[in-house]
Amino acid sequence: MNLKRTIGKIIILILLILIAVIMLFPFVWMVLGSFKPKDELFAVPMKLLPTRWMTSNYSKVFEDIPFAKFYLNTAKIAILSTAGQVVTCCLAAYAFSKLHFPGRDILFMVYLGTMMIPYQVIMIPQYELMRSAGLLNSHTALILMHCFSPFGVFLLRQFMVSIPDSLLEAARIDGAGDLRILTQIMIPLSKSSLATLIILKFLDSWNDYTAPLIFLNEKEKFTIQIGIRSFQQEFGVEYTLILAATTMSIIPVILLYVALQRYFIEGIAASGVKG
Amino acid sequence: MSEKKVKVKAPAYIRHQRITAIWFLLPNIVGFVILNVYPLFRAGVLSFTNWDGFNKNDFVGFSNYVKLFQDSTFLISLGNTLLYTVATVPLAVFFGILMALLMNVKFRSIKIFRTIYFLPQVTSMIAIGLVWSLILANNGPVNQFLMWLGVHNPPKWISSTQWALVSVEIVSVWRSMGYNAIILLAGLQGVNTELYEAAKLDGANSWQRFIHITLPGISPTIFFVLVTQMISSCKVFDIIMAMTQGGPGRATNVLAYFVYQKSFTEYKFGYACSAAFILFGIIMLFTLIQFIGQKKWVNY
Repeated sequence: MNLKRTIGKIIILILLILIAVIMLFPFVWMVLGSFKPKDELFAVPMKLLPTRWMTSNYSKVFEDIPFAKFYLNTAKIAILSTAGQVVTCCLAAYAFSKLHFPGRDILFMVYLGTMMIPYQVIMIPQYELMRSAGLLNSHTALILMHCFSPFGVFLLRQFMVSIPDSLLEAARIDGAGDLRILTQIMIPLSKSSLATLIILKFLDSWNDYTAPLIFLNEKEKFTIQIGIRSFQQEFGVEYTLILAATTMSIIPVILLYVALQRYFIEGIAASGVKG
Repeated sequence: MSEKKVKVKAPAYIRHQRITAIWFLLPNIVGFVILNVYPLFRAGVLSFTNWDGFNKNDFVGFSNYVKLFQDSTFLISLGNTLLYTVATVPLAVFFGILMALLMNVKFRSIKIFRTIYFLPQVTSMIAIGLVWSLILANNGPVNQFLMWLGVHNPPKWISSTQWALVSVEIVSVWRSMGYNAIILLAGLQGVNTELYEAAKLDGANSWQRFIHITLPGISPTIFFVLVTQMISSCKVFDIIMAMTQGGPGRATNVLAYFVYQKSFTEYKFGYACSAAFILFGIIMLFTLIQFIGQKKWVNY
């Protein structure tokens, strides 16, 4: 019986490792490929490691496109829109979980329902709106669009509901207003789901492609995603350079992920099970 | 606490709460209404016009919708979207369940696998698409591997009309199965372990336990994963841009790509809005079907 169990465990471990290889291979191939000389990437038979490590691939990318600028632009948009979202979502989540008003739960359901609307439906009127506000080709348009989301409200509300009312009542008796209860009791207690929200929204905005594609047309203002995509269009056959640019585009995200993965994974898992 | 009781006791306090609620909701709701709800209605209006973004803006009735169904590119992209959804949703969920089951075994190192499986999900679709389009190149690693296995004529993947959509499907299943697995794993860990013990005592084998305890136990999570996966599959866009741009020919033209093409390259905004509404309609219909269907198989 024990032997059978050990064999079973070994088989499972082998399968897990096999899947891990499949998941990791594209990343490994990308990083190694980004250091290869041009003619080696598709050499037959395939070589995994570069014979010469071409760090010049990276410096070339920086010469050809304003890559540092793309980083800055993307970081600026991601940080400001995440900050905006944290403020609006905390307030709304608190109202949806701890304040009583008529129609609260129906309003919340309707709000959630709007998550189904595909971006393709609203992108044209959004474009029209931003054009009449004179915000085309500006980062402000992108930041504004990311500031209000039902998802963030949902995530925080699900957590705030579980905080016992008695804590709030005690603070109310001591004369605390709702804003103080929110900032001094609710937010400190919701730290972990707030962290999840911050990370997911930062990621969303960092990885967003469609909105920058529509709203930005000056290279100086590009974000990373449209930056690497336009690099691919310009340097279509310079495959190793494309790999170098792509590697650079995902390094910040991967560092963030590895450092804070607990919040990513547990946040995602919780939103699925409770939802 | 029941609202009625409080109402009688402290009407001023309740009124105060309502006013606070309005103030707290205002920033998010106002922003959301201006940037999402208004555009939804505006798009509905535009879908009945021939708006080109500048001058033309006449009411044309249902003619956009009628024209769509005579537009071969639209019909192809509709078909491709459906094919793509029908292929990716079951596969991404099936592999997600398998991976979750594998991960549900007690290993000390299980967290490493979790981290690795989730990695594609944090990476942008554009980056993934760019890398995979090279991996699937003619002399790329996938084809070299296939030749090594003895396949003499490996598919030309994204440069062949026959395989292009399949390629995109493979990449998107690869990307989302780990995400689904993480959610499903959380569901699995929530299944009551006492039920397993009881079933074991009753002599149920592991397959019976899986069918009668595990599956019903995680059915709400499976439902959640199915719905979210379906919605995101219907909206597929980024990966098409990065890998195929709808091509070769129209082989991977999908609805979201069609809408983008019609609006921001051809400036047929009215027409594009009607196509976008059909996409929206499909998503709502699929979601509705799943919500009705869930009553038959989801246990809460």
